[in-house]
Amino acid sequence: MVLCGATASSAGPPERVVSINLCTDQLAIMLAAPGQLVSVSHIAADPRVSPQAAEAARFRLNYGQAEEVHAMAPDLVLAGPYTSRYTVGLLRRLGVEVRELPLADRLQDIPETISQMGAWLGRERAAEALIDDFNEGLAALTSETDLRPRAVLHYANNYTSGGGTLANELLNLAGFINIAAEEGLRGGGTLPMERIVMLAPDLVISGQRYPGESRAEAVLDHPAMIALRERRVGGVSDADWVCGTPNVLRALARLVALRAEVR
Amino acid sequence: MRFPLLLGVLALLVAGLFAASLLVGPAGIVPARALAALIRGEGVAETLVMREIRLPRALLAAMIGASLGLAGAAMQGYLRNPLAEPGLIGISGSAALGAVLALQTGVAAAFVLALPLAAMAGAVVAVGLILLLAGRSGGSITLILAGIAVSAMAGALTALVLNLSPNPFAAAEIVFWMMGSLADRSMTHVWLALPFMVVGGALLATLGRGLDALTLGEDAAATLGVSLTRMRLVLIGGTACVVGAGTAISGAIGFIGLVVPHILRPVVGARPSRLLAASALGGAAMLLAADIAVRLILPERDLKLGVLTALVGAPLFLHLIYRTRREGL
Amino acid sequence: MALLTLSNLYAARGPCDVLHDISLSVAAGEFVGLLGPNGAGKTTLMRAALGLMQSRGQSNLAALDRRARARAVAWLPQAREIAWPMDVETVITLGRAPHLAPGQCPGAEDRVAIDAAITRMGLDGFRTRIATQLSGGEQARVLIARALAQDTPLLMADEPTAGLDPGSQIGLMELFAQTAREGRAVVASLHDLGLAVRHCTRVVVLDRGRIAADGAPDAVMSPDLLARVFHITAHFASGPEGPVFQPLGLIR
Repeated sequence: MVLCGATASSAGPPERVVSINLCTDQLAIMLAAPGQLVSVSHIAADPRVSPQAAEAARFRLNYGQAEEVHAMAPDLVLAGPYTSRYTVGLLRRLGVEVRELPLADRLQDIPETISQMGAWLGRERAAEALIDDFNEGLAALTSETDLRPRAVLHYANNYTSGGGTLANELLNLAGFINIAAEEGLRGGGTLPMERIVMLAPDLVISGQRYPGESRAEAVLDHPAMIALRERRVGGVSDADWVCGTPNVLRALARLVALRAEVR
Repeated sequence: MRFPLLLGVLALLVAGLFAASLLVGPAGIVPARALAALIRGEGVAETLVMREIRLPRALLAAMIGASLGLAGAAMQGYLRNPLAEPGLIGISGSAALGAVLALQTGVAAAFVLALPLAAMAGAVVAVGLILLLAGRSGGSITLILAGIAVSAMAGALTALVLNLSPNPFAAAEIVFWMMGSLADRSMTHVWLALPFMVVGGALLATLGRGLDALTLGEDAAATLGVSLTRMRLVLIGGTACVVGAGTAISGAIGFIGLVVPHILRPVVGARPSRLLAASALGGAAMLLAADIAVRLILPERDLKLGVLTALVGAPLFLHLIYRTRREGL
Repeated sequence: MALLTLSNLYAARGPCDVLHDISLSVAAGEFVGLLGPNGAGKTTLMRAALGLMQSRGQSNLAALDRRARARAVAWLPQAREIAWPMDVETVITLGRAPHLAPGQCPGAEDRVAIDAAITRMGLDGFRTRIATQLSGGEQARVLIARALAQDTPLLMADEPTAGLDPGSQIGLMELFAQTAREGRAVVASLHDLGLAVRHCTRVVVLDRGRIAADGAPDAVMSPDLLARVFHITAHFASGPEGPVFQPLGLIR
C-alpha cells in the first residue's frame, strides 16, 4: 500500500502496471519487464478473442472495475479508448495514473503504438526490437500479385469492415479486393445480406463461432450465405485482428494462405 | 360492408403488400427481374435473394401477422375485453422466454421442433395464468394487471437467460426478443412455424360460434349449447400454437392483436366469429406493412418491428383504457 | 308433460348448502313465479336446475347433454350482458345457435323464429340499432327476444322485470303468461309479489334454501306465509279486475 498514489511519471518506470483493455493487454504482455505487469483483463485469457490467452493466464485477471483495480495498488493503469469513461474517471479521482492508448487502425500506426507503450513502460529497447520484428514479418508476407479475388468479411449481424480499416488494409495486402470497401462502406458497419449475395464475392471470410446461441450469428448459417459459400469460404480467427498489434501478422499470414487457395 | 366482400378486400390488401414486401430490399432488383428470378429462377444471385431472403421474410410477415391478429381476436372474444392482446398480456413474452431457454440450453439444436415447442410451452403457461387470473368475469383492471405481472416476469427471465449465455452477442438480443424482427430469416423458419400455425389457426377458427354466444355472458352461452371448458382448452392450445410458433421465429411483436380487431370490429358488426377471419387477414396486412416500413425508414439497420407497431398501438391502447374507464368497466 | 323436474336437489356455495332437498315439477302451460327474499336461493335453484353449477340430486335439465339442453330450455340471466356493439337483430339471432349445425347459417325456419321474437317484443323498429347503445329497458327486451328466438318449451328467467318501467313490467308478465298459455312453460324469479299474484299461474316460495310454499297464488299468499318468509303484512283482495296484492308494512 506504500506505492498507492505514487506518480509514475516522476519516479522512473512504473513498477505495478494493470491493463484493463484487450489491446493494451497484448502490447503490455509483449513489452513489460518480468514482474512489471501485475494484471491483465479477463478477456485476454479468453482464447476466442485473445491470441495470447496462454500468456495472459499467468497474470492475475481483472474485470476492469475501478474498485478492484485500485485495490491492486497500481502505479499505472493502461486503458483503451473504449474503456468506460466512468471507470477511467473514478480511477483518476482515486489518484491512480491512467493512460489511454489510441487504437491503431492502420498498419503504419502499429510501430508508433508499440513505441508509445514502450515509453510508458520504460521499455524503449524492447519496443524497438518488437518494431523491427514486426516490419520484417510484414515484409515477408507482402507479395505482388495480378489475380485479385473479391472477398467479403461477414460476421455476426452482417457486420463487415469497409475502407479505412485495418482489416481492409490486410485484405488488400494479402491480394484481395474488399467488396465492402468497393461498395463505398467506410469503417466498420453492416452490409445487408441481399447486397452481399448480389455482389457475388469469390470468398466469404468469417470469424469463429462462440458457444451458446445468438440470432446475431444465425445470419452466418442463412441458406443464402451457405449457397454463396459453396463458391469458397475461409475463416480467420477474430483474435488475430481485433487489435492493431503485431498479432495482426497472424491474420495476414492466414489471409495470404487463403489467397493462395483461390484459383 | 358485406362480410365476403370485406374478406375479399382484405385478401387483396394482403396480396398487394405481400408483393410490395417482395420488391423492397437493399439489393435494388427491378420488379421485372425480381419476378423472373422468383418464379423462373433467372440469375443466380437474384434467385438467391428472392427465394432465400425476401420470400421467407414476406411469408413470415404474413403468417405471423395473421397469427397475432387471429389470437388477439380470439382472446378478446373469450374474455369479452378489447384490451386482451397476446403481446400486452405477456403471452408473446412468455413464448419468447420459452424460445430463449430452448436456444441457450441447446435443446433447440437437439431436435428440430424443440424451438417452436418450447415457445408454445411458454405461451401455454401465460395463457393459462391469464385465464386463471382474469378469465371468469375478471374486469379490465384484473386483466391488465395480470398481463403486466406475466410480461414483467417473462421479460426479466429472458434477460437473465440471455445475460447468462456464454455467447457475447446474446445479451444484446434482449431487444430482439422483446420487440421482434424478421430480418434475415429463412425458409427453414417458414417450415418450422407453418405446421403449428395451421393447427393453431384451425383450432381457433372452431371457436367462432362459441365466441358469438359468449357475447351474452358465460351462463347464457352455456345454455346456448356452448362448452366453456372445451372453448378454454381450444383457446389455450390454439393461441399457444400460433403465438408460440410466431414468437420463436420473430421475437415478440406487440399491439397487432389489439389494433387490427379494434379497427375491424365495427366493419364486421362486432361479431366475434367474423372478427376471427377478418383479423387474421388484417394482422397479415399490418405486419407486412410494418415490415416494409422498417426497411424503407432505416434500410441499413434492423429497426425492430415492435417499435412501429407500438407507435401505432400504444396511443390506441391508451384510448381504449380511457374509454373502458369511462364506461365504468 | 313435465318440462322441469327436480328431485331432492341440493346445492352448495362454499362449504354451506344453500339449497336443501328441492323437489319440483313444472309442466307445459304453467307460468311459475319463483318468490322469496334476497338470499333465499332463487338464482341458485335455477342455475343448479340448469346444470350451470355443481349440485346433488336430480334435475332433468342438468342431465341432458349441452345441445339437447339448449333446445329444451332458454335461460335469461339477471346480468344483462351484451359485450360487443352488435345490432339488435344479430343479438337476437344468437338465440338460434342451438338449432344450427356447426358452420350452418340461419335458414328460413330460423328467420321465422327471429321475426316472431322481434315482433313479440316490439323491436321491429330497432333491428339495425346497436344493442349496446339502447337504454337498459330496451336492452332487456332485446335479450328477452333472444331467449324467445331460442324457441324452447321452457323459459327460465332471473328477475326479468328488474329495472323495467311499470308498463314494460306488465307487458313482460302478460307476454310470459301468453307464452305459457300457448303450451310452453315459464319459470321466473320475481320480487314484485303483486305482479306475481296477478300474472303467474303458480308461485313457488323459497325461504333459506327450502320450498316454503308451492301452489296457486291466491292459495299460497297467506298472511302467515308473508309474515314468516317476508316479514311483511299485505292487503290482498280479489275483485272484478283480478287479484290485487299490496304490501303494507314490516313486521318487526
